[in-house]
Amino acid sequence: MTEPIEVSAMPDGLWSQPAVDTAAIDVLGGVEPVRSIRTPASLTYRYTPGLSQSRFLNAMAEGKILGERCPQCGKVYVPSRGACPVDGVPTTEPVEVADRGTVVSYCIVNVEFTGRGFDIPYASALVLPDGGDIPLFGLIQETSHEDVHVGMRVEAKWKPPEEWEKSLENIEWWRPSGEPDADPETYRELV
Amino acid sequence: MRETEVLSAPLLVEYPFTRTVGPVQSAFFTALREGVVLGVRATDGSVVCPPVEYDSFTSESLSELVELGDAGVVTTWAWVTEPRDDQPLDHPFAWALIRIDGADTGMLHAVDAGDESAMATGMRVRIRWADDREGSITDIACFEPEAT
Amino acid sequence: MMRDVAVVSTAQTPHARRVEDRNEVEMLMPVLEAVKGAIGVTQEDLDFTCSGSTDYLAGQGFSFVTILDGVGPYPPIVESHVEMDGAWALYEAWVKIQTGAADTALVYGYGKSSPGDLPRVLSRQLDPYYTAPLWPDSVGLAALQGRALLDSGKATEAEFAAVASRSRASAQANPNATISLDTTAEQILAEPYLVSPLRKDDCAPISDGAAAVILAADDRARELTDSPAWIRGIDHRIDVHGLGQRDLTDSPSTRLAAEKAGVADAPVDMAELHACFSPQELILREALGLGDDVDINPSGGPLSANTVMAAGLVRVIEAADRVASGDAGRAVAHATSGPCLQQNLVCVIEGDD
Repeated sequence: MTEPIEVSAMPDGLWSQPAVDTAAIDVLGGVEPVRSIRTPASLTYRYTPGLSQSRFLNAMAEGKILGERCPQCGKVYVPSRGACPVDGVPTTEPVEVADRGTVVSYCIVNVEFTGRGFDIPYASALVLPDGGDIPLFGLIQETSHEDVHVGMRVEAKWKPPEEWEKSLENIEWWRPSGEPDADPETYRELV
Repeated sequence: MRETEVLSAPLLVEYPFTRTVGPVQSAFFTALREGVVLGVRATDGSVVCPPVEYDSFTSESLSELVELGDAGVVTTWAWVTEPRDDQPLDHPFAWALIRIDGADTGMLHAVDAGDESAMATGMRVRIRWADDREGSITDIACFEPEAT
Repeated sequence: MMRDVAVVSTAQTPHARRVEDRNEVEMLMPVLEAVKGAIGVTQEDLDFTCSGSTDYLAGQGFSFVTILDGVGPYPPIVESHVEMDGAWALYEAWVKIQTGAADTALVYGYGKSSPGDLPRVLSRQLDPYYTAPLWPDSVGLAALQGRALLDSGKATEAEFAAVASRSRASAQANPNATISLDTTAEQILAEPYLVSPLRKDDCAPISDGAAAVILAADDRARELTDSPAWIRGIDHRIDVHGLGQRDLTDSPSTRLAAEKAGVADAPVDMAELHACFSPQELILREALGLGDDVDINPSGGPLSANTVMAAGLVRVIEAADRVASGDAGRAVAHATSGPCLQQNLVCVIEGDD
């Protein structure tokens, strides 16, 4: 087995550069050298989420969670980007999914970083809505974080209808629905 | 499916980048802050400005700094009638490659010539220094036609 | 021993000025469906997938990852991406096939430039220390090259206008072109400058769209199509990146890539050149050694349809299609990247015989 090459044995110039002789340049004498430059960049765009996500956001404004079904495998993606990632074909059939579902994964957050003042610690979760095949990401509230578990049934807590916009933020959080835990078969593929 | 109302919204993408400089560029930007332009001597003896860390043709590390003048010659130019945000000037100006006195290569910058008719390949231009300099290519606010 | 690699299927969207309703994956999917459907293959039949794009065009971070939904990437596929025009994704796929790690490859390029200000966005590819902080627009930089060409005596504004006029007229036969016009060089010369010495007609339009090809090697190519368009040579080179260190009236990287790709080995019938500004076509013709008898940009070229990140791949498609149909026997396709023809890819395509 060959010995590993020491960094210091690498060819000259690869890990260092020869010192630049600044002594010959009067104006560089005795001044603080520039070590970095600021190069801020700002670009503006007109963004469109496209057809599928527009349908989802429009439905949000009506208090509905809209997914789309793949014509080949039959899976319902929510929110949909317009394509089934397994079959690579457009998802075109709109499917309204329930605003209640099953926690399929969660994490306990111990650091306040959102600036929205939730009690620490709290649980974030992936919630599989009834009728959908991929989970939505959301916050769990109205229960101790210690109660959150895979299989727990939750329902969406919506903002008042007069505050609804074309946004997933219409759902403030998810809370226990009071139902018994879901049958593991209903979310087996996601855990 | 009924006709979809397609949504759109403004999107702002911003980065506050800061970039470190190596020894050659540090010397160049330090000198600019102090009101002096430096070049670097390439392997073949020619002087490159703005300076590069490695020779563009032999890849050798370069380290010999050369003090240059504060004026030069326009080697090519283009007239911009509608400046965009963040460009050196907010009224019509020329982009140009300027070969600073003592250098053998061109520096890209703007020339505040006033009118397209004042621009010509081969004309001499002088640096207009920025009032506040921090060690950046924009320490050169722009170039202007050298007074005859 | 080099493997014979051919373009066996191609597809492109119409290159529209703006695709305002669909997102990028919705825009790309029909092209992927078409390029696979034309030869009856599915994603499972393709050994490697490679794409070319840049998130900065539409401001969509990781766009090149989310767009994979449209490819059907599950079960997991062997896939790669270049932050460049799809022509370079094609180069990577060609190399992959040469190594024997793949026999077939799907290559695509796409771009939505309309959401942003393209000349401003493109300034982010420039040298971050000396050039990008000045926010030079892409048209201004191309104009510097145009004036250098005029000053050198190698070309005239009339020749620029002739390139523009011919390109826009040729585009009338191209259903995918963004614009096609019936203007004469004289009419173009009468127009005001956009950024002198370039007029608006000397500049490519801004288009949204997508393009894809499927590559296959040796016998696999013959199984998939009766008219493979063989890539006989392909190479890409880059010039010095400092604009002030270059002779903007020439393209040494194109000349070297052409030599390595074997352009001069036999007569060339046609060439599709990725010249987004009319002076650049003149520089490229000279660097490629193309005579007056070569049909340049019969598709109308980038001056008629310019989907950034796909326009180079479209040059390969336009050349390969004409070779496959028998309209051309030997074609050159060229792609470029960076300001003022900084980096260039040259590809020689031939039909059977």
